[in-house]
Amino acid sequence: MRSCDEFQAGTGDWPNDLSRRRFLKLMGASIALASATGCTRNPPEHIVPYVRQPEDLIPGKPLYFATALTLGGFARGVLVETHEGRPTKIEGNPEHPASLGASDVFMQAELLSLFDPERSQSVLNHGQISTWDALSGELIHAADQWRNSGGAGLRILSRHETSPTFLDQVRRLLSKYPQANWHEYEPLGTRNVPAIYHLDKAQVIVSLGEDFLGSGPAGLRYGRDFARGRAPGAVMNRLYVVESTPTITGAMADHRLAMSPDELERFARDLESGTGSAKAVADDLRKHAGRSVVVSDQFESIARRINESLGNVGSTVDYVASERGGGELHGLVDDIRRGAVDTLIIISGNPLYDGPADFEFAQLLGKVPRTIHLDLYANETAKLCHWHVPETHTLEGWTDARAFDGTATIIQPVLEPLYGGRSRHELLALLLQEAATSPYDIVRAFWQAQHPAADFEKSWRKSVHDGVVANWNPKPSAPETASPATQPQAPGTHLLIRPSSQTYDGRFANNPWLQEFPDPFTTIVWDNAALVSLSTAQRLNLANGDVVRLKFRGRSVDAPIWIMPGQANDCVTVHVGYGRTHAGSVGNGVGFNAFAVRTSDAMWGGPGLEIAKTGDRHELVTTQQHWKMEGRDQVRVGTLAEFKEHPGKAAEGGEPSPRGDETLYPAVKYDGHAWGMVIDLNTCIGCGACTIACQAENNIPVVGKEQVARGREMHWIRVDRYFESGLTSPWTSHQPVPCMHCENAPCELVCPVAATVHSSEGLNQMVYNRCVGTRYCSNNCPYKVRRFNFLEYDANQFEQPVTRKLMRNPNVTVRSRGVMEKCTYCVQRINAVKITAEKADRDIRDGEIIPACAQACPAEAISFGDINDSTSRVAKLRKSPLNYGLLAELNTRPRTTYLARLRNPNPEFDHA
Amino acid sequence: MSTHLSEAVVAPGYDNESVTAKITDVVLSPPVHRGWLGGFAIAFALLMMMNFAIGWLLYKGVGIWGVNIPVAWGFAIVNFVWWIGIGHAGTFISAILLLLHQDWRTSINRFAEAMTLFAVACAGLFPLLHLGRPWLFYWLLPYPDTMDLWPQWRSALVWDVFAVGTYFTVSLIFWYIGLVPDIATMRDRSRTKIAQVIYGIASLGWRGSARHWKRFHMLYLLLAGLATPLVLSVHSVVSADFATAIVPGWHSTIFPPYFVAGAVFSGFAMVVTLAIPIRRFYHLEDFITIRHLDNCAKVMLATGLMIAHGYITEAFMSWYSDDKYEWFMTQNRMFGPYAPAYWLLILCNIIVIQAVWFKRVRTSPGLLFIVALFVQVGMWTERYVIVITSLHRDFMPTAWGIFHGTRWDWMTLIGSLGLFASLFFLFLRVLPAISISEMRDLVHQKSEAGR
Repeated sequence: MRSCDEFQAGTGDWPNDLSRRRFLKLMGASIALASATGCTRNPPEHIVPYVRQPEDLIPGKPLYFATALTLGGFARGVLVETHEGRPTKIEGNPEHPASLGASDVFMQAELLSLFDPERSQSVLNHGQISTWDALSGELIHAADQWRNSGGAGLRILSRHETSPTFLDQVRRLLSKYPQANWHEYEPLGTRNVPAIYHLDKAQVIVSLGEDFLGSGPAGLRYGRDFARGRAPGAVMNRLYVVESTPTITGAMADHRLAMSPDELERFARDLESGTGSAKAVADDLRKHAGRSVVVSDQFESIARRINESLGNVGSTVDYVASERGGGELHGLVDDIRRGAVDTLIIISGNPLYDGPADFEFAQLLGKVPRTIHLDLYANETAKLCHWHVPETHTLEGWTDARAFDGTATIIQPVLEPLYGGRSRHELLALLLQEAATSPYDIVRAFWQAQHPAADFEKSWRKSVHDGVVANWNPKPSAPETASPATQPQAPGTHLLIRPSSQTYDGRFANNPWLQEFPDPFTTIVWDNAALVSLSTAQRLNLANGDVVRLKFRGRSVDAPIWIMPGQANDCVTVHVGYGRTHAGSVGNGVGFNAFAVRTSDAMWGGPGLEIAKTGDRHELVTTQQHWKMEGRDQVRVGTLAEFKEHPGKAAEGGEPSPRGDETLYPAVKYDGHAWGMVIDLNTCIGCGACTIACQAENNIPVVGKEQVARGREMHWIRVDRYFESGLTSPWTSHQPVPCMHCENAPCELVCPVAATVHSSEGLNQMVYNRCVGTRYCSNNCPYKVRRFNFLEYDANQFEQPVTRKLMRNPNVTVRSRGVMEKCTYCVQRINAVKITAEKADRDIRDGEIIPACAQACPAEAISFGDINDSTSRVAKLRKSPLNYGLLAELNTRPRTTYLARLRNPNPEFDHA
Repeated sequence: MSTHLSEAVVAPGYDNESVTAKITDVVLSPPVHRGWLGGFAIAFALLMMMNFAIGWLLYKGVGIWGVNIPVAWGFAIVNFVWWIGIGHAGTFISAILLLLHQDWRTSINRFAEAMTLFAVACAGLFPLLHLGRPWLFYWLLPYPDTMDLWPQWRSALVWDVFAVGTYFTVSLIFWYIGLVPDIATMRDRSRTKIAQVIYGIASLGWRGSARHWKRFHMLYLLLAGLATPLVLSVHSVVSADFATAIVPGWHSTIFPPYFVAGAVFSGFAMVVTLAIPIRRFYHLEDFITIRHLDNCAKVMLATGLMIAHGYITEAFMSWYSDDKYEWFMTQNRMFGPYAPAYWLLILCNIIVIQAVWFKRVRTSPGLLFIVALFVQVGMWTERYVIVITSLHRDFMPTAWGIFHGTRWDWMTLIGSLGLFASLFFLFLRVLPAISISEMRDLVHQKSEAGR
C-alpha cells in the first residue's frame, strides 16, 4: 500500500529559521483567527449576565411590585407578579382602598394589553414613521409663537385625569400660556357629583338604575363592602334595585323592579315622597334611617335629598367635590368650530371613535392645523391626526393617579417600555420646554415638592413600595351643594347606552381575553347586541340574531337583537366599545359601534328610538345556550327569615346523596392535607373576574368566535347564569363552576391511560403529557368543566405573537393540541406555599394558599383551604347549614361545595 | 330431492367440477369485468378521499371534526360502533351456524367472514383517529414502558382494545384457515406462473390428503368454537364504553344484549346488501339462493324485534326509574333537537323491518335489498342517537350544546365505505368468494341424499 502523503517529509521538523518573534506572531494570528471564526457561530444576541445579582432577584422566584392601573382616570391598586423582569400576573393590592386585593376583568386583562403586539410602536407624522425629535423640533418652533400669543390656539384634550403630577404639569402649562386650554373627555365618566358610599354600613340599599357592583372606579370596593354586609346573620343587608336593563347589581337584589327610564323617574319621585309604588321601599328606608342609602347617579339630586333627609350623609354616603379639572368637551368643539384652535394635543383618547356623534370629530380634526395624538394604539383618531406618538403603558412608566376616594398611588413601572413610547409627562414637559427629563424625575420632583421634609427618600420609598401614598390629601375640597336637576324622562321607546362588560368603552377591543369573556348576562362573546325584553321582541316580531336598524335622533346603526330576560319593556340597551375600525386585528370589525348613535344631548340614551327590522341575520355566539335549571337545584336559594328558623332549609334540594359507607370499597383516607373550596353564592356577584384571573394564571388560550360557536371555549372556571320564575322578571343567579375535584371522580375511572388521577391530597390531577385525548373523561364529567385543546390553540392567531410568550406563567405548563385540561385548584400555588412552609419548618397557614379565582374575587365568595384542618375557614364553611354539593346525588363527593344563597325580602313589599 | 327451488341452498344439477369452475372462474377468467373496474374505481376514489381527510386530521387536529364540549365523542365513535356491529354477522354465520350444522350458511360464510374482517378493519381505524394525539395510541396497550405504567384497567376503552384486537385476530385466522383448501384449488387451476406461485405460497402446502382434511376440520371446528363467544363478547365490551359511564342514556344494563342484537341485525343487513349484487353480477343465483336471503331476512327480523324490545325497555326504564336525568334524556331524545334522528331510527329499525314478515319481501331480492339499506342507515342513526343525544344535554343545563358533523366527519364516514368496498372488490378479484371445498361437500351431500 502506498503511504499516505498527507504529512510530507519534513513536516514534523522544527524549522531552523523560526525566530521567537515570528513564533509569537503566528500564534497570535492563529488565536485571533480561531476566536474570530468561533464568534460567528454564536447567535448574534447580546447576553448580559448579572455581574452582581440584583437584590431579591432569584431566578424562578417571582417578585411583586405595587402599582396601579386606571379606569376612567381613577386608580385601582395592583400588585404585579414578575418573573425575571417579565410581568406575568396582575393582582389587586390589598393596601389599596379601591381594590383591597380584589381585581376585575379589566385589571386582569390589562396584562394582555401591555403585551399586545399591535400597540403603537413608532412616532407617526402624516402616517409616515417619524421621530420624537422631529416632533419636539416642531413644538419648539410653535412654542415661540405661544410665548407671544399666550398660548392662544393651544388646546389639550385628555381623558379624565386624577394624576397629581399630570394636573400639576397642566396647571403650570396653563399659567405659562394663559390663552391655552385643557379639556377632558371621559366617554363613560360619571355624570354627576361623586358620591362615596359605605355599603358595609348600610342595612337597606336602594339603587335607582345604578350598577354600583359593576366595573366603575369603586366597583371592587363596593363589591367587597356589599358582600361584607351580606353575611347571613342578625343583620344582613337588603338590596332594592330598580333598573331598566339587567346588571349584576340587579341580580343581587332582594327586590328587583324592571322599569323603563320614565317609570324609573316616577318611582324615584315616589320614593322621595314616600308614596305610590315606592311606599314600601320608602318605609323600609325610613325604618333604617342613618343605616340606609339610596345609590344613584342618574337621579343624583333625588337620591341626595333622600339620603340627606334620612341622615345617611356622613354615615353611609359622603358627597365630595367633583375632581373634574379640565373644561368640557363642548368648549373645545366650539373653539375648533370658531377656528380658534391651531394646535390640538390629544393625550390618551379616541374621540373620533368614542366622542359624541353630533360633534363630527372627523370633520373637526380637519379644521385644526396641527393635531398631535398620544395613545397606546394608533387608533381611529390617530389616523386623522398629523402626529401620533406611541404612549407608554401604565405599567411601563412612572406616573401617579388617585383612587375614587382620593387616595394617591405612585405608579411604578414593572418593565422597560416594550415598544418605546413616551409618557404623558414627557409630552407635557416638552410643551413646558423643561429640560428633557425622564418620567421618573418628573414624578419624583412633584412628590418631592409635596414632601419637602428631609426624610423624603424614606417616604418616597415607602409610598412606592406600598402602592399607596400615606397621609396625602392636599386640599379637601368642600362638596358641591347643588347638583344638577334630574332631567325629566319622556315616555316612548328608549335607547340605553351602557359600558361593555368586555371592552368597556372600546379601549380593550384589541384584548382577546376580554373579547372572549362571556358577558355576565347574555354570555355573548366576540360581539355586542341590542338587548330587548321578551314582550318587546314579540311585539316587534324579533328573534335573537335579527339585525335591526336603530334610529335615534337622526342617526342610525344596525345591531343584532338579543332577547334579555329582565329587560324593561320598550327599552333597547346597546353596549359601546365595539365596531372598531382601527383597534387592531383582534378588535377590528367586532360588533357594531353604538357610539354612532350617541349624541352630546343624550349621552346615556333617551326616548325617541325607532326600530326597523332589516331582514338580515347576524350570528351571536354565547357560551351558555340554556337558561333554566330544569329543576336540578344547582343554585339553592332560601330567605333570611327561613334561615333563622331552619338554617339548613335553603341548602336542601336535589336527590339525597349516598352515604359514605354505602360502598363495598374501603374509604379512602386523606391523612395529610385535603384541599377543598367553598363558593358562597350569597355573596358572589357574578362579575366573572375569576374567569379571567384563571385565564391569566393558567396560560389558558383564547380560541376565537368560530371555535366558541362550536362549543370549545377553554375557560377553566365559568360563571353559570340562571333565570328562574319566568323571563319577564326573572330571579337571576350566577354560579362559578370550577372543577369539583370529586373524591369519587367519574372522569378518573374512564381514562384508559391513567392521565387523570387522584392525588393523596384529594386533587383530581390532569397529567398532560400522559393524555392521549380520548375525551372520555369529559363525557363522564357531570359538571362539564373539562376543556379540550381541539386544535393547536397555543399557536392560533391570538396566542402566536412572541410577546404572548413573555407573559405566560412559567409555573404552568402550556398545553398542546389533543390534550384535556381543567382547573387544578392552582396546584402551582399550592406547591409554592408547601415549599415555603417546608423550608420554614412550619405548617401551612390557613388562607396562605389562594387560587387565582379566589384572589381576584371582589366579594370574597371563594374560599380555599385544608378541610382536614377543622380550624380552617373552608372546613368551617363546609359545616355551615347552607353548604351543599352540586349534583352530589351522583355520589361524586365534590371537594368544591357551595353555600346556598339567601334573599332578604321585605315582607311588606310583597303585599304592597 | 324434492325441495322447492326457493328453499334449496344450492340449485340442482351441479357436480364437483362445475361448482369449482363456476366459483374459480370469477377470479381466474380474464378479462377483468368492466363493472368490477368501475365499482373499484369509485370505491378507491372514496378511499383516497378518506386518506385526504385523515391527512388533514393528523395535520390540524381533531378539531376539524364537529366534536366539542359537551359532545366530545362524535362520528368517529358512531362509525366505530357501527362498523364493529356489521362485522358480527360474519362471525355469527361462520361460527355459530357451523356449530349448529346449518348447511345453508355454506355459500355465504366466506364473503361474510371477509366482510367481518374488512368491517373490523374500518372500525379499528376510528378509535385511533378519534384520539387527540393518535400517534400515542399504543399507550392503551400493556407494554413494558420506561414509565413503568400500565393502562388504566377500570376504563372500558382498555377492554375495548382487547376485545377488538382479539376479534380481529380470531376472525383473520378463522377466515384464512377456511381459505387454505380453496387457495390450493386456485393454485391448481390458475394458468399464469405468478398466480401459481402466489397461490402456492398462500396455500401453505395443502395437498388435500386425508390427514390434511382431518386436521383441517378439527382446527376449523375449534376456531368456530373460539369465535362463537366473541359474537357475544365484542359488542358487549363495546357497549361497556357507554354503559360504564354515568351519562344518562348510556348508563344502562340493557346495553350489552341490546348492542349484540343490533350488531347481528346490521351485520345481516350488510350480508344481504353484499349478497344480492354479488349473486346478480357474477350469476351466482344457483349458489346464493332465495333460501339464503330468506334465512338472512328472518334473522334480521328476529334481531330487529329484539332491538325494538330494547328501545321500549330503555324508554320504559327511564320513566320507571324515576331518575329525572334519565327521563329528561328520553324526552329530549324523542322531542328535542335531535328528534328527527330518533324517529328516523324508529322508522328504519322498527317499522320498515316489519315488511319482512311477508314472504314476498323475503324472497324478492330487490325489496330485501331496500329493507337492508334502511337497516344500515337505521343502525348508524341509532349509534348517532345514543352517542350524541345522551351527551348534548346531560346534567348541567348550562353546559348543554349542539353537535353537527363537519364536512370532514362526513368525508371520513363515506371514505370508510370506500375502504370497505375497495377491500371487498379486491377480495372478489383474488380469492374465491364462496367456499369451494364446502360447496363441493354440500353438493356431494345433496347428491348422496338425493340418491
